[in-house]
Amino acid sequence: MDIEKFIVEFADQYDEIETDGFGPDTKFKENEEWSSMTALSVIAMVDDSYSVRLTGDDVRKSSTIQEVYDIVASRINS
Amino acid sequence: MTEVLLFNKMPAFIKAISYYLPQKELSNQELSALFPEWGVEKIASKIGIETRHIAADDEFASDMAIAAANNLFAEHGIKPGEIDFVLYCTQSPDYFLPTTACILQDKLNIPVNAGALDFNLGCSGYTYGLALAKGLIAAGIAGNILLLTSETYTKFIHPSDKSNRTIFGDGAAATLISTNGYAEIGEFVLGTNGAGANNLMVKQGAIRHPAKNTGLVNDEFGNVSSDANLHMDGPAIFSFTSEAVPPLVEETLIKNRVEKTGISQYIFHQANQYMLTHLRKKLDIAPENFYINMRQFANTVSSTIPIALAEALKEKDTAPGTKWLLAGFGVGYSWCATVITFN
Repeated sequence: MDIEKFIVEFADQYDEIETDGFGPDTKFKENEEWSSMTALSVIAMVDDSYSVRLTGDDVRKSSTIQEVYDIVASRINS
Repeated sequence: MTEVLLFNKMPAFIKAISYYLPQKELSNQELSALFPEWGVEKIASKIGIETRHIAADDEFASDMAIAAANNLFAEHGIKPGEIDFVLYCTQSPDYFLPTTACILQDKLNIPVNAGALDFNLGCSGYTYGLALAKGLIAAGIAGNILLLTSETYTKFIHPSDKSNRTIFGDGAAATLISTNGYAEIGEFVLGTNGAGANNLMVKQGAIRHPAKNTGLVNDEFGNVSSDANLHMDGPAIFSFTSEAVPPLVEETLIKNRVEKTGISQYIFHQANQYMLTHLRKKLDIAPENFYINMRQFANTVSSTIPIALAEALKEKDTAPGTKWLLAGFGVGYSWCATVITFN
């Protein structure tokens, strides 16, 4: 699993805001576009690209892209 | 010689379906005017909803169930006197007691020797209802079952809860399940996981938490509600369906001894288009075999499948032998699927 690729995939879930500056430490909820729809899209993306089930709680408890990446990576390896 | 008693299971069929939608509508434009900061158009296009029907202030789920049943009687030439069982699926009953189905029996002039009961399920309610009706027929308990589904979630939703107001609409459906009809009801796969109960819930108003005026809370996405309102954790429900629905479909195919390509229409609970498309791709089903029809209806909970089924019957091929798979899933969590075969 590659963090750079994951960041691009994560950023793809946003349609409106500028995501060029997204990095591992980006607080992905701290923008005007974040909504339950974006949360859902992130869960769908992780399911599609990594066949990993992310729960609503996983998203709720994470604040940076790195934190979500770590959850996904731990489930791929387990 | 041992006497062998052969028990020949009586098959069960869907014989007729009709539905009812309240007159009042809530369009995306109206939602947009109410919540200008909320990108309604963008979100509504993703979830595939243009308008929702809303029960009037003095119109309740049982009134809508009566309207759906009367449509069934009128559209299909069915007489109330033929009905010998009423199954009423709702989470918006008139009273704690009696069961609303008794009131429906009386108002619909269904004979007093008919059975009647309510069952409390949401998005899985229609397919559960088919399972219960099939059981009643197979056991020789009843022969003409009126399955009514009716829901008014909009009465539970807080006026400021933009997410749920965008997704849910009110509606009712009536289905006649009989010993003969156009589609035989096949084998069922069911499931339950109450660990997810809190993720889709109206907490107050029943016995454990009687209604009281508690404060409003803002969820992490800015939706306002109190414990007396409908609470839905959308991402959690999405995650649940991604996990539960694909095996539900696979097991239902196996139990009905049919290949994935042997199903010409997959009709799932019409939760929202985004979720349905995700499930369709995950299951590798072609778009032409996967029915989505909710733009004008929104998510009517237990009535989405019969409404979609009634619409699909008008436009899709139902040559003898055609098989459709029906799958309901949601609040509970609860899920149930079956295959119907046209004759």
